[in-house]
Amino acid sequence: MLNVDLQLRRHEFTIDVKFAAPTPGITALFGRSGAGKTTLIQLIAGLLRADTGSIDFDGQALFNGAQNLNVPPHARGVGCVFQELRLFPHLNVAGNLRYGLRRAAPGALRIPWDRVIELLDLGALLERRIWQLSGGERQRVALARALLAQPRLLLLDEPLSAIDSAQRSAVLPYFERLRDELTLPMLLVTHHFDDVVRLATHVVLLDGGRMLTQGDLPAVSLKPELGALLGSEGIGAVVVGRVESVDANAGLATVSLGVPTGKERLLVPSAALVAGRTVQLQLLARDLILATEQPRGLSVRNQLRGTVTQLSADPPHNTLVSLDAGGVRLLARVTSAAALELQLHVGQPLWILVKSVSLRGHAVHGP
Amino acid sequence: MTTAEIDALTLSLEVALRSVLFSLPLAIGAAWLLTRRRFVGRTLLDAFVHLPMVLPPVMIGYVLLLLFGVRGPLGSWLHQTFGIRLAFTTAGAALATAVMAFPLMVRAIRLALENVDRGLEEAAATLGAAPVDRFLTVTLPLMAPGVLAGAVTAFVASLGEFGAVITFAGNVPGATRTLPIALYSALQAPDGGAAATRIALISFVLGVGGLFASELLARALRRRRGRE
Repeated sequence: MLNVDLQLRRHEFTIDVKFAAPTPGITALFGRSGAGKTTLIQLIAGLLRADTGSIDFDGQALFNGAQNLNVPPHARGVGCVFQELRLFPHLNVAGNLRYGLRRAAPGALRIPWDRVIELLDLGALLERRIWQLSGGERQRVALARALLAQPRLLLLDEPLSAIDSAQRSAVLPYFERLRDELTLPMLLVTHHFDDVVRLATHVVLLDGGRMLTQGDLPAVSLKPELGALLGSEGIGAVVVGRVESVDANAGLATVSLGVPTGKERLLVPSAALVAGRTVQLQLLARDLILATEQPRGLSVRNQLRGTVTQLSADPPHNTLVSLDAGGVRLLARVTSAAALELQLHVGQPLWILVKSVSLRGHAVHGP
Repeated sequence: MTTAEIDALTLSLEVALRSVLFSLPLAIGAAWLLTRRRFVGRTLLDAFVHLPMVLPPVMIGYVLLLLFGVRGPLGSWLHQTFGIRLAFTTAGAALATAVMAFPLMVRAIRLALENVDRGLEEAAATLGAAPVDRFLTVTLPLMAPGVLAGAVTAFVASLGEFGAVITFAGNVPGATRTLPIALYSALQAPDGGAAATRIALISFVLGVGGLFASELLARALRRRRGRE
C-alpha cells in the first residue's frame, strides 16, 4: 500500500492531498491540467519536498515532515517516466537503458535486461542515438530505462501526452503487457479517462491541488465529482466483469458483470479479449436505452434487468438515472421529457438496452 | 627563428597549458557555485571572480607578489612547507596567467551550465544517481562543449598575458620570458626590430591558429551530439 498525505503551499498553488493506492496495481491520478498531478509526482519521487505530511510505501517511510525524514530521490527506489521523457542526449539508447541498471542494488534484479528489451521491443534500437528515434520509440526507451533501474514503484506522468494518437495506440499495449507481466505498482497521471479505464483499477480524482474522491474505478465512476470533470458526454459507469466465452466467428465475447460475477451478461466486441480474463469497460450514460417493458425486434444485443435507485437532474433538459442491475451499478442519461413519459421513479424495474458496438472491453488485472 | 625565440614559444605554450589545467577545476567549481547555489556572499564571489577583468594586470601582478612573494604570507608558507617558490618562476608565470584568464573561463562554463536541462539531472536522480554521480555522468558531459570552449579561449588568452606575468614573474629568459615579454624585450633592445617582427608573427599565427582550432573543436562536438 502506498499512503500519501502531503501539504505544500507556494505562492502560485497549494497541494493538500491524502490518498492510499493499493500495491500492486495501477492507480490513476486523474484531473484537469493544473490540478497538481505533476507536482504530486515530483513530491512522491522526492524531487520536491512537501511542507508537511508523510509518504509511506509498503510500511517504509519515504517522507515524514514531523520527523524531518526525507529519503533523497536516488535512494527511494521510485522510478519515474516524465512527461517530456528526459532521455539523455549524450548517450545512445543502450547507454540510457544501462544508466539505471548499473546503479540498481545488485540483489534487486527483479526486472532483467532481456525481459525488458523483449517486452518493449527494443532489440533493434540499442545502438541508435536519441534523436534518431520516433516519439513512440522514445516513449518505450524512457519506460525501459525507468524499469531497468529496478524500482519498487513506478510513476508515469502523462506518459502518452508527448506522442500523436497513432503512436499512442501503438504504445498502449506495451503498458498493458508491463502491467500484466510485472507485479510492479504504478501511479499513472493522465487527463484521458480512456487511459484510466484501460489501465487502472483504482483512481484518485484531483482538482485545484486537492483530492476530490478516490476508490475503485467502478465506485468512483458513479460519483458526481467525476461527472463534473468529464462533462456530461463522458459520464458513464465503469463495470468490471469476467470473459466467459469468446465467439470468434461473431466477433463477440460474453462478459459476466460484477465481482464476484452475477447473472447479468453483456455481449462485447471480442477484439483482444480472452476467456477467463477480468475486463473493465465503461458504459457511457448517453449510450444506454431504458424501456419499461421487454422490447422485441431490435438490433440491440444486450438487455439487462435493473431497477432505478436514484434520479437526478442533468440540466438543462436531461435526467441522470442511477440503476442497479443485479448488483452492478449503471448510469443512464435520458431526456427529462422521456423520464416524464415513462414515469420513472425510484424502485421501478426497467429493461436496460446496450448496443454491443458502443462497448469496448479492456483486460485488467483482477481476481 | 633563434633558439631564444623557440624557447619563448615553447615556454608560452607550457605556461598557458599549466595555467588552464590548474584553473579549470576551480573555474568549474566557481561556475557551479555561482549558477546553482544561493548563499550569502554569492554576489561578492561573483564580483571577486571578475576582478581581473576590470583591474590593471600590473596591479594583479603586484597583489600576487604581495601574497605569494618570498616574504608574502602565502609565499613564505609555501616555501617553508613545500619548498615551492612562485615569484619569478615558470610556475609563478602560470599562476599569474591563470588568475587573469579565470573570469573568461568561469563565464564560458557558467553559460554552459545554465543551458544544462535540470530535468535530466532529476531523471538521473530517479534512476539512482547520487549528487556527485549525477554531476559527473550527466551535467559535466552535457556542458562539456562549453567547458572546452572556455578552456581554449583561456589558453589562447594566456598566451598573450603580459602585465601580470612581468610584474609577478619577471623577465627571466627560459623561465618566465613568454612571447609577449620577449617581444617587449626585443623592442627595448637597440637592434631588436627584426626579432620583434618575427615574434609578432609567431604570436599572430598562434592566436589565429588557436581560434581556428577552437572553432573546429566546437563543430566536431556539435556533430557528435547530434541534432538535439
